[in-house]
Amino acid sequence: MDLATLLPFLVNVIVGGLVLGAVYAIIALGYTMVYGVLQLINFAHSEVFITGAVVGFEVFRVLKDSPLDGYLKLLIALLAAMLISGALNVVIERLAYRPLRNAPKLVPLITAIGVSLILQDVLRVIEGFQGRFDLTYTLPGAFTTKFCAAASSCAPVGTFLRNIGIDLQLKDVVLLIVSGISLAVLNYLVNHTRLGTAIRAVAQDRVTAGLMGIDSNRMIAATFAIGGALGGISGVLFGMKFGTVNAYSGFDPGIVAFTAAVLGGIGSIPGAVLGGLTLGVIQNLIGVTNVLGSVVGSANLGAIDASYQRIGAFIVLVLILIFKPTGLLGKSNVEKV
Amino acid sequence: MTATLTKAPPRDPVQPDRTWLLLIFFVITSAVILISHNGEMLPRLGSLGTLLKKPIVEAFMVSLFLANILFAYLWRAAPWAKLLVGIGSLIFVLPFAGKEDASLLDLSISIMIFAALALGLNIVVGLAGLLDLGYIAFFAVGAYTWGIVASPRLGEVLKYYGGHAGAAATPTLAFGVVLLLIGGALFTYLRRPGNTSRTDSTSFLQAGALVVAAFLAMLAGRAIFTQGDTRWSMPVIWLGVIILLLPLLAMGIQRLRGHNVLGGLHNYKQFLTGLLAVMGVILVVRSIVVMNALKADGLATGINPGFFWLFLALSIMAAATVGVLIGLPVLKLKGDYLAIITLGLGEVIRVLANNLGLYTGGSQGINGIKSAPVPWFDKLAGLVGFTDDQFYLVFLYFVVIAMIGIILTVNIRLDKSRIGRAWIAIRDDEIAAQAMGVPLMQTKLIAFATGASFAGVMGMIFAAKQQFIDPTSFILTQSIGVLSMVILGGMGSFPGVILGATVVTLLNLRILPGLGEQAANVSWIPQQVNPGQLQRLIFGVILVTMMLLRPEGLLPSRRRTLELHHEGNQEDDSGHGSGGGLNAGPVEVLSPGLAPAAEGERSGGAK
Amino acid sequence: MKKTALSLTVLAALALGTAGAQTTLRIASLSPLSGGQSDLGTQIRNGTQLAVNEYKAQFKKLGFDLELVPYDDQADPATGTAAARKIAADRQILAVVGTLNSGVAIPSSAALQASHVAMVSPANTANQVTDRGLPNMNRIVARDDAQGGAGANFLSGTLKAKKVYVLNDKTAYGEGLAGEVEKALKAKSVTVVANEGTEEKSDFSSIIAKIKLQNPDAVYFGGIYNQVGVFIKQLREAGVTTPVVGGDGLDSTELATIAGAGATNIYYTTVAAPIEALPAAKVFATSYQKTFNDTAQGFGAFGYDAAKVVLQGVLNAIRSNGNKLPSRTQVETAIRKGNFTGLLSGAVSFNSVGDRRAATMYVMNVKDGKYKLETSINVKPVKQ
Repeated sequence: MDLATLLPFLVNVIVGGLVLGAVYAIIALGYTMVYGVLQLINFAHSEVFITGAVVGFEVFRVLKDSPLDGYLKLLIALLAAMLISGALNVVIERLAYRPLRNAPKLVPLITAIGVSLILQDVLRVIEGFQGRFDLTYTLPGAFTTKFCAAASSCAPVGTFLRNIGIDLQLKDVVLLIVSGISLAVLNYLVNHTRLGTAIRAVAQDRVTAGLMGIDSNRMIAATFAIGGALGGISGVLFGMKFGTVNAYSGFDPGIVAFTAAVLGGIGSIPGAVLGGLTLGVIQNLIGVTNVLGSVVGSANLGAIDASYQRIGAFIVLVLILIFKPTGLLGKSNVEKV
Repeated sequence: MTATLTKAPPRDPVQPDRTWLLLIFFVITSAVILISHNGEMLPRLGSLGTLLKKPIVEAFMVSLFLANILFAYLWRAAPWAKLLVGIGSLIFVLPFAGKEDASLLDLSISIMIFAALALGLNIVVGLAGLLDLGYIAFFAVGAYTWGIVASPRLGEVLKYYGGHAGAAATPTLAFGVVLLLIGGALFTYLRRPGNTSRTDSTSFLQAGALVVAAFLAMLAGRAIFTQGDTRWSMPVIWLGVIILLLPLLAMGIQRLRGHNVLGGLHNYKQFLTGLLAVMGVILVVRSIVVMNALKADGLATGINPGFFWLFLALSIMAAATVGVLIGLPVLKLKGDYLAIITLGLGEVIRVLANNLGLYTGGSQGINGIKSAPVPWFDKLAGLVGFTDDQFYLVFLYFVVIAMIGIILTVNIRLDKSRIGRAWIAIRDDEIAAQAMGVPLMQTKLIAFATGASFAGVMGMIFAAKQQFIDPTSFILTQSIGVLSMVILGGMGSFPGVILGATVVTLLNLRILPGLGEQAANVSWIPQQVNPGQLQRLIFGVILVTMMLLRPEGLLPSRRRTLELHHEGNQEDDSGHGSGGGLNAGPVEVLSPGLAPAAEGERSGGAK
Repeated sequence: MKKTALSLTVLAALALGTAGAQTTLRIASLSPLSGGQSDLGTQIRNGTQLAVNEYKAQFKKLGFDLELVPYDDQADPATGTAAARKIAADRQILAVVGTLNSGVAIPSSAALQASHVAMVSPANTANQVTDRGLPNMNRIVARDDAQGGAGANFLSGTLKAKKVYVLNDKTAYGEGLAGEVEKALKAKSVTVVANEGTEEKSDFSSIIAKIKLQNPDAVYFGGIYNQVGVFIKQLREAGVTTPVVGGDGLDSTELATIAGAGATNIYYTTVAAPIEALPAAKVFATSYQKTFNDTAQGFGAFGYDAAKVVLQGVLNAIRSNGNKLPSRTQVETAIRKGNFTGLLSGAVSFNSVGDRRAATMYVMNVKDGKYKLETSINVKPVKQ
């Protein structure tokens, strides 16, 4: 196999990984936000996120025959998912985590697992009553076409991308833009508003923040609302990108996204993004190792195929954490005694 | 067991003597369980029989019967009564009820397997405070250790190596032994306290030399044992060397930027020597397998099952070794970093089991796993009235009881020993423990290996019980399940985690299915909300409610209760709790950092 | 205390008096009812339920109350074995329909063997399931080697593929099937580019990139429709129109729904006749929809068929036992030896190890979301 065919192939694999990574990144943000204030692995986040996907499915299904513009439908789906997932996350926090604020750390972890189990079955029952299990998105037709394929002002961009071997669909580009906007908004919210300052204060030291007149419970609730809303966005993006979800399909991407959050340095927002993108690319690269192996003529590398994708990501995580124990962008705080 | 028996629940210090109540309860529940599991007697009882046969009633009765043992432990009663109830329930009533209904034996074995798993995880999580989300991997290691050798798989493996012998086995063996010795010796040398290089340049030189050594080892290995086989093609070796050199390069850059890289280099050298040793082990094992390849036909159904007892020990060792191997690189991480990495490594082991088809049968699993042949036991069981197909179950039932006994004793001894106190010290405050001279890594590794070994031995019994294993038994959900048993029962409390394991297993295998079965033929319940299909939801609700009502667990350890109680009185200090407190908490070290390794070695390991 | 005991005895006596009128007779279903595979397991359970409903009257006439007891194996071998032992202990249960996963079927059937509870599987295709030669384990679906051979024949014969990319889902079902396809293709000297496993349910971008790079004539995917459908959708969106072939795991109308606009140029092998070919199948589909407010999929139909085999077997056993309650051993023999008709997938009889004797295998084609019969192949189990 020569370089001329291999290079566009690799570029494409990497770009695919970045798109995948963008979804992971947004999911990972939900984990990292909650972790930042409560030091809790919110196992229920995978279901909060899949709830967003289900809401998105319902919106697209209801609006299937409406004459609305595709982007407007997406906006409605995103807003609805943000609202419902955010509210759900707040309710979960109020009922399952807040009463345990002073319990040992593993106790809320178990309630989080419990909530996750409950939500899975609740979602299944809700959809099951309508005779559905696997929910297939009915996207506006234009979303699945090639990016800038039609003869329009942006056609040269599309042609250029295809010439260098990047094959994108419109929905991939939409996904990247939506994730970008969400990130920018989140960054503004956390770093440049009073709410964000208060949240960071609570994350840093709840007692002192309390002395400064910050109601830590409200701030934690706000964090859960933001994290849930991000989960909603990621759910819709996930459904849009991959097409089909069901009540149980949050678990796997949830684990990967949490890994991404840890890889980037848990609690760190840019870390979650970097971690998500890294994992996406690494997963895709491991998925094509056997092709590269056949190029160098090695049976050993040739045996590493897509079935190793997931654990490849974990092995990378182990290696990175051995040498950089706080993740890629995690701060190595000085331990207080 | 007796040691912890003296601890009465703190809530009511003066309990009335309930000896007779206990005995009466024992007799009644035993009678009920014996009757309700007797398929011949039930129909003759008419509607009472029908009632007893209702799955939910039956599940309730089984739970009540098992509660016997709990009450024998909890209530104040004459010791002879306690002993009578405990032994009577476990040794006589349960097996006899199981004679008529083998599902009861299966259930009891499952409960005890999970109890042992929970006890093992309790050491790691409850005592040493290391959150492990991939615990089931050790269970898998034990199961596959026995599964591979005691089934037709062994013949397949030997046949394969007979056909792919590669080089002559003897030089491979010799080379492997040499490699193992060198690697092992260097590794031990480096791990000894005080053997850290003082200067960067020597350290870099040593690391470079080790990379060269690894390269030469790979070259030599390729020359003598693959004989032109492309599996270890030159590009792969080059790739390997490049990957090995990358961290060195990274540290070089860090050094130039003025960072201190001594600790990193030290770890890196340990990693390299470990790699050499592992390569040696692989070669040694391979050459042994090749040497035995000719015996493939004789071992077509696996080794003589008489080796069961030997493998009980081997499975313990295998799991403990894997525990140490996993623990070495990751135990320096803290809290949730450790959690996610153990989760990942657990998945790695499952995926390997799923992919290495030659050894594990891949997704097809291993079939026809044998149990130990114990003729005298079979004869005895036959005399008592068990049927041929139940012999191995009854046998495993008693093996598992004995194992639980041993594990519990080990646990109690450890808890009272220096190492147990060291674990608790580490859990409560790592830095203080280190300052007091507790060797961090060593203590954590022992916790990891001990926990792993319990899982390993139970994995082997599981394989013998199931006679078939495949990777679906070792998924992440199982690890989470065991963790929920530990926390539901009460972290750090032995009776607690056993109770947790019993409750969760009963729920999963009896109560929830019974509920579902009961509701299945009720016409007014729509199928979508039939309890039979909502087992996760119900289990989730139980978990959440239990945790909200009793965050300390069902049978908390006394120490834990005091801590929680103490915290409950100081609500204002929420930030200082061992729980959700942010960076202020003295217990949770929130900064996910490395404890400086060299410091850890010096402060503790010097003894 | 005494009083209750007394009244209980009275009750018991009363019950004894009336017990003779109707004897309860139960069959069990064993499939995952909770968790990620619950939709497939529920289909099996529901199919079984329909068959039981259908046969209730017939059993009533002979003096038996017929009941279905659904068990949940959670797709976990240990839970499945525990449930199997519960089934073995309930002497009213004469036979089992199940399971979905071969990994559960193998230990469960072994646990049921000693008490001679017959098991008829609607879904297990792994060779090992019947290769052990248990007297109680039967299946109505084709073995992996039969189905894999049929798939390979179709790939090389009808599609004239010279280069095939084989994928599997890393489960006992998919990997076993894909392995047999690979073996059969290699025997016909067709190039197998790869036999790759993936547990991924959503993102197939790296695999699709590889397929685009290597440009095979056809793709074979051993897996279940809800994974393969997503794969096909993404494959078509990436502009690859290569035919995709699979096994009976694709037998579901959901496949076309999930694949959406990409649901074209798909083929799968199955022993179930296409719905249009059998009027009975239409009746089944309607009554399934009516009873459960859900659409019947392939596993529902197979569950229905397996249950019918069980029920006809029990009826045969009752008849040959002089209209009295048969023993489990009698039912076991009746199922292994009997000829069963009126099923959605034609007539069924088993060979000495419980594999379905010569059956017709259909190759279905999905084109623009529509299912139609492509061709049919006669297959025989390896042993007779």
